[in-house]
Amino acid sequence: MALAIEARDLRRTYRTRTGWLNPRRVAIDAVRGVDLDVRRGELFGLLGPNGAGKTTTIKMLNTLLIPTSGTARVCGFDVVSQTREVRKRIGYVFGGDRGLYDRLSGLDNLRYFAELYGVPAARQKRRIAELLELVGLAGRERDRVEGYSRGMRQRLHIARGLLHEPEVLFLDEPSIGVDPVAARELRSTVAGLAATGTTVLLTTHYMAEAEELCDRIAVIAGGEIQALGTADELKHYAQGRRVLEVQAFGVTDAQVKGIDLLPGVREASVEVLGTSQVLTVQSDAAVDVQADVLRALDGVRLGRVTARQPTLEDAYVTIVNGVDRTPATVTA
Amino acid sequence: MRVVRLVALGTLLHVKQFSRSQFEIATALIIPLVQATLAVYLFRAGTEPHRMLEAAIGAGMMAVWSSVLFGSGGAIQTQRWQGTLEMLMLSPRPPALLIFPITLATAVTGTYAMVATLLWGGLVYRIPLDIAHPLAFAVAVPAAILGLGMFGLLLASTFVLVPNANAVNNALEYPVWLVSGMLVPVTVLPGWTGPIGAALPTTWAARAVRESVTGAGPVWPSLGTCLAISAVCLVAGAAVMSYVERRARANATLALA
Repeated sequence: MALAIEARDLRRTYRTRTGWLNPRRVAIDAVRGVDLDVRRGELFGLLGPNGAGKTTTIKMLNTLLIPTSGTARVCGFDVVSQTREVRKRIGYVFGGDRGLYDRLSGLDNLRYFAELYGVPAARQKRRIAELLELVGLAGRERDRVEGYSRGMRQRLHIARGLLHEPEVLFLDEPSIGVDPVAARELRSTVAGLAATGTTVLLTTHYMAEAEELCDRIAVIAGGEIQALGTADELKHYAQGRRVLEVQAFGVTDAQVKGIDLLPGVREASVEVLGTSQVLTVQSDAAVDVQADVLRALDGVRLGRVTARQPTLEDAYVTIVNGVDRTPATVTA
Repeated sequence: MRVVRLVALGTLLHVKQFSRSQFEIATALIIPLVQATLAVYLFRAGTEPHRMLEAAIGAGMMAVWSSVLFGSGGAIQTQRWQGTLEMLMLSPRPPALLIFPITLATAVTGTYAMVATLLWGGLVYRIPLDIAHPLAFAVAVPAAILGLGMFGLLLASTFVLVPNANAVNNALEYPVWLVSGMLVPVTVLPGWTGPIGAALPTTWAARAVRESVTGAGPVWPSLGTCLAISAVCLVAGAAVMSYVERRARANATLALA
């Protein structure tokens, strides 16, 4: 089996010092022994909450960070000792507004990075035109980047990451802050890349995105891989459960804690959506908790109440909530 | 050839990026007026009013040095703030080749201020642009700019290792003006400043440009010395930059977050 990415017991500790008079050293274990095999041509997802170690893992694999210990190889090359070989073969796209020369045009940004990535001069013009077409920026390439919307910047990031036709593409939360239409186009672009044989390692917060795109998904939390498999395999983590969703207005933390303690309830969490809240209660499949939950919400204005089967997101919540997240060590 | 192309294109695009900053444009236009005024009154108060053009050229070189010092000294930090440092470092090129076009661009944009100094000198103080060796001047100015850009790489790579690099920047601006003889002749300075000035490419760059303007001496030896010292700085800067890149990857300081 040809592997595009292989990591063995990859660890990364950040060390910082705080205070002048009484300095304290803080060691944060961001990644604590990650083992990963990604096959060539695979679209692999890395899911996890904020601070789980996703970006740190990606940055160790793409040579921006040196691991504290462990080894990793990309396309067969070591990420610490053979950085130039690795860099020739990878592209990196991250989410957000930064990372571009704002006062230059999109075309100038692409020309510069094509030169940096060693795209032959004779091919640059055609390659840039192809990518502008692919990401939907053709016709806007001579505008300054500072006038681009967030979605356009994100698409320019993607075009830049693909300039040298990388064998492995790292996408670190590429759809963050992008509107739904642009996010859909982005997913279609990523799926197209995978179809042409590019290996993609994608980190995202969006379950639907991961479920739609990824061949396999790893859930990382507390700096360790907690679960790994296809989306259907991961859903088994929530097997034997049912989910109750209640639209509400004004649920308090105390009420959520109370619901969490009800007989048969496994997890209870609240998400704010605009002016309303969505209370999600996972319970044992054999226990109907709806009446108890509604009783606990007495006095709260309620909207829609729905019972459904567990999704990937429910499985993800189950996996992540079972993890102890205390990675920092403080020494005097 | 590809390296030359990369440096040329990189410099051009970084010059574009710098020149479109309103702050940079305002600075490049207003500071030279102050410097031209300083030069004019300094020499009018002295006994050599015929050396006004020389003084204006010196003030122009001061502007180039300031641009290199602040632009190159803070080059890595600026790229880090923009979020472009990681993207640059991810390219399969030696780190020095990624930063050198930026430091060269700071020297090139410094010439705006030099031109502005001469223009302000002519318009406001009627200093005639009477250059003794125009051809040598036309070669000396770009060569001096190239030399200072090479020196800038050493500044960029070493300043990033220094805590509070901004304070070092501020502390270096005026002393280098002085010991390099940009504003006052080095002969009027204490003897111990001589070796320091002789080791700096800024001294030889200012001297070469001044010689081309006044015809007081042969331009080429000064220019050659400037480029030789600058080449040493470039090599040293490239070595330090490779160390800095590895250290930044180990310490996780390529990004802000």
